[in-house]
Amino acid sequence: MKLPDKQSSVEAAIAHVKDGDTVMLGGFGVPGTPFTLIHALVRHGACNLTIVKNDANEPNMGVDHLLQSGLVSRLITTHLGLNAHAIELMNSGQIKVEFNAQGILAERIRAGGAGLGGFLSDIGIGTELAEGKQVLEQDGKTYLVEPALRANFALLHAARADRFGNLAYVATARNFNPLMAMAADCVIAEAETVLPPGGLAPDDIHTTGVFVDHVAALGALSKEYAVVQR
Amino acid sequence: MVARAAREILPGMVVNLGIGLPTKVVNHLAPDYPVCLHTENGLTGIGPTLPTDQADRNLIDAGGAYVSTIPGSAFFDSATSFALVRSGRLDLTMLGAFEVAANGDLANWKIPGKFSPGVGGGIELAQKARRVAVLTTHTDRAGNSKLKEYCTLPLTAQACVARIFTDMAVIDVGPDGFNLVEIAQDVSVADVIDATDAPLHVPDTQLPIF
Repeated sequence: MKLPDKQSSVEAAIAHVKDGDTVMLGGFGVPGTPFTLIHALVRHGACNLTIVKNDANEPNMGVDHLLQSGLVSRLITTHLGLNAHAIELMNSGQIKVEFNAQGILAERIRAGGAGLGGFLSDIGIGTELAEGKQVLEQDGKTYLVEPALRANFALLHAARADRFGNLAYVATARNFNPLMAMAADCVIAEAETVLPPGGLAPDDIHTTGVFVDHVAALGALSKEYAVVQR
Repeated sequence: MVARAAREILPGMVVNLGIGLPTKVVNHLAPDYPVCLHTENGLTGIGPTLPTDQADRNLIDAGGAYVSTIPGSAFFDSATSFALVRSGRLDLTMLGAFEVAANGDLANWKIPGKFSPGVGGGIELAQKARRVAVLTTHTDRAGNSKLKEYCTLPLTAQACVARIFTDMAVIDVGPDGFNLVEIAQDVSVADVIDATDAPLHVPDTQLPIF
């Protein structure tokens, strides 16, 4: 037996995204952000997107290109502190922003990927993040109901992959990538290196290729992936 | 005050240092000090900060600074990172503040109409670390006290702060409110009372000076 080959071009993979779709983007700051897939999404032009990402990168970088192109109507995120442009769009009402506590966003995505409807958490009780959330009592304690989060697409960045879509991340570029890999109907991964099956040792794989629909090999990395000169 | 706050970190602790002033605490720890620093984006065992010409593009802390690993460091995903926080594995977190109330309420993420970048991991750190210390200037740039009877800004978490390190004093938050426990060099008790916008309990005994 051999495992199927899911290698694709970036453009062919991104062509499936439709207007109004929800798209998860891996990454925390620069590490793990799929910059090449994001550029392809901008060129593809699907609009009215809901983007799910920990942060909005920095001006003229990653998510900001989608915002500048006017393709995003809603952003589900935890923190925009490094992108003043995103905050401007939020304050002027051009995009809707839903803030989540960071670990709650991660867990909502994990729950979505694990086939669950949601979970109970006491995070944010007594703060404005609890407003509008369903409250439940369990074992004498008060909890908020946190619904699971899924997306039409997840765009991921991996350091290494094989052609079946098995993925390995490095350092703090892992972050949301393995969670989002489980939580979307169609998962597209870009990888700095795409190896033949067997190129990654089974113990070194963080995301099984079962979760991945398309894997695209990156050429030379653009400046966006490099160390940021602040 | 940063050097004083560093003494709060005991050998063997798992500690998360928030963005801003708290990050600087690490500069006051000996290189071989036995402590495990955690950062929200998926690393335990944070090593020294690196200049950009030596940085690894894939290795940052939650504040975006380029950091390094040390022997025994581990990487993990964001769900695991906050499982660690919410299940009580953090012995101590040090956070910045806009306001701290006498009951330990903390506001440090939003100034309506002026500053609302999102809360990031702050709520979970404030609500779930076993001990929450705040590291802040005693007053804001306009001279208003950050230590108040009640918070006026949106809360990060209720009744979470145990101790406050400022440029003027170390203050504990107890059931009876703010308690002065140490005082900075060249600062008088009257100065601290004057700069604190809530009742401040002062012990009869000599206060340690830092």
